[in-house]
Amino acid sequence: MAENVLNKEMIKPENLVYTKTKVLTDNVMHYCPGCGHSTTHRVIAEVVEELGIQSEVLGVAPVGCSVFMYNYMDFDMQEAAHGRAPAVATGIKRLWPDKYVFSYQGDGDLAAIGTAETIHACNRGENIVMFFINNGIYGMTGGQMAPTTLEGMKSSTTPYGRDWMQMGHPLKITELVASLPGTYYVTRQAVHTPAYVRKLKRAVRKAFEYQPKKKGVSFIEVVSNCNSGWKMTPVQSIKWLDENMLDFYPLGDIKVPED
Amino acid sequence: MAEEYKLMKGNEAIAEAAIRAGTDGYFGYPITPQSEVMEYLTAAKPHETTGMIVLQAESEVASINMLYGGAGAGKKVMTSSSSPGISLMQEGISYIAGAELPCLIVNVQRGGPGLGTIQPGQADYFQATKGGGHGDYRLIVLAPASVQEMADFVSLSFDLAFKYRNPVMILSDGAIGQMMEKVKFKEQVPRMTEFPDWATTGKNPDRERNIITSLDLDPARHERFNLKLQRKYKEVQEKEVLFEEYMCDDAEYVLVAFGTSARICQKSVEMAREEGIKAGLFRPITLWPFPSKELESLTSHVKGMLSVEMNSGQMVEDVRLAVHDNIKVGHYGRMGGIIPAPDEIVEALKKQIIGD
Ligand SMILES: Cc1ncc(C[n+]2csc(CCOP(=O)(O)OP(=O)(O)O)c2C)c(N)n1
Ligand code: SF4
Repeated sequence: MAENVLNKEMIKPENLVYTKTKVLTDNVMHYCPGCGHSTTHRVIAEVVEELGIQSEVLGVAPVGCSVFMYNYMDFDMQEAAHGRAPAVATGIKRLWPDKYVFSYQGDGDLAAIGTAETIHACNRGENIVMFFINNGIYGMTGGQMAPTTLEGMKSSTTPYGRDWMQMGHPLKITELVASLPGTYYVTRQAVHTPAYVRKLKRAVRKAFEYQPKKKGVSFIEVVSNCNSGWKMTPVQSIKWLDENMLDFYPLGDIKVPED
Repeated sequence: MAEEYKLMKGNEAIAEAAIRAGTDGYFGYPITPQSEVMEYLTAAKPHETTGMIVLQAESEVASINMLYGGAGAGKKVMTSSSSPGISLMQEGISYIAGAELPCLIVNVQRGGPGLGTIQPGQADYFQATKGGGHGDYRLIVLAPASVQEMADFVSLSFDLAFKYRNPVMILSDGAIGQMMEKVKFKEQVPRMTEFPDWATTGKNPDRERNIITSLDLDPARHERFNLKLQRKYKEVQEKEVLFEEYMCDDAEYVLVAFGTSARICQKSVEMAREEGIKAGLFRPITLWPFPSKELESLTSHVKGMLSVEMNSGQMVEDVRLAVHDNIKVGHYGRMGGIIPAPDEIVEALKKQIIGD
């Protein structure tokens, strides 16, 4: 009894330390528990709320596990064909130049089937934010090799580990787009610890704030986990990510605006 | 821009008409025999006059997906290409049909298969009218037979596209694209300032968010959606059929042809008439919806039909379906970029349909 009274007394606006942003809908997310997609969605939604741009933002969802992103974001979104989100975002942004436009893609979507669209949107310097969720694997289709799969890493199509003689090398597409003059801000972030989430949020905020300057693409890679595809528990996957992914995909800004 | 007459290539007419129709965006990739469309548009600098955006994409795959984005955001958007490029767009076209987005796709056909030839062809009839991409969808397909129609069909296409929330294709060919004729252009239509309520234009507090997608994993709901699409297509079939008849009233034999072939067939009809053959020409303008009923009604007095096409026999299947087995139906086709000559067609009519 006394405990309940205490709880009720605690639930007061001045005691509130966290609340779900209104820019996220109440739909239950379909992601596997522990998956980095959901945290990244939340960060984007929070930034949209904090910047007060909910009515101005137009997002493009990919084909991949995040295909249903539009179910969770309470703003206008389009769902693109596999790999084509940067082209769809280009079409939107060119015709609505003053809106905030972003694309959101997995590594298969952005760095395999959609490589041409990725590079050319970056090279044209489209004034959009591009989110790139790098979990080293094809999550949606059941854990096949992605262009980003590490050497030796197992997937359902590299059951003995990725052998570069057969399958080529993991692709650092973020470094590649950073070399193009059309990108304005390029950074690699993560979401598997609270500290990394806070850093990601600062990067997302910057990326959206840069957009009205019309200086080109802001490109944010998020090194993430796919516990289901990696056949690990969420905790194991976070440990594995920390110990294996970050050496090859080091975190931090790759290109920072000079003006 | 006021109403005016100009001497122009078919491809240029499409471009000029696009500006005047208040098009918001053109996205394309060069391919012969239609590159003049984008060349004309980039030279005309419509962003300085109407505000129209013209963008050369990195591929046809990119351009059709730019169309998806622009159309989903409520804008009047178009692309043009020729056969191989249109093949590359098919996934995107299917998504556009599945998301029920309005847009205009122009195919200035060349001969195929494969890289084929840069000369004119009509072998994309099946692709345009029977699907092309995956899934149960239809394009509204218009077949111009003159440079004037190249121009006129641009605004007609946008009207149909927005009326039905459906992609529209102008199925032309390299001959009409390259040919010069006098065209009358309509006066400038301003670009839209109000947008469809379903479009992603930014979620204002007074409405729910808008979502553009072709995905639905719930079987019952997705079947209902497919049935809704089919009802829409049926309505288009009932209301939007366009065709033209030439000397069909007393005809005993009718040539059925669209686009460039129809122009040639008009001459063939005149030649046949000089020989005392009561010939006529039936020209479907909408290839989908196909004017089946109108063609069938001719069988009351027509003894035979010859479908003349620059392919190995595609539209002839729809002609046969339309007239059932009531009368004799044949096909005469040329390929490889060859345009049939009027006298060849008369000979084929005599040999295949009239007989001895
Ligand atoms: C044209 C086409 N090819 C293949 C597929 C099947 N497919 C769906 S998602 C996917 C890979 C997604 O992986 P990724 O982009 O890494 O995203 P994740 O699911 O890991 O977030 C593939 C191959 C498709 N939908 N369309
Ligand atoms: S399969 Fe992988 S990427 Fe997809 S939701 Fe599950 S953990 Fe996330």
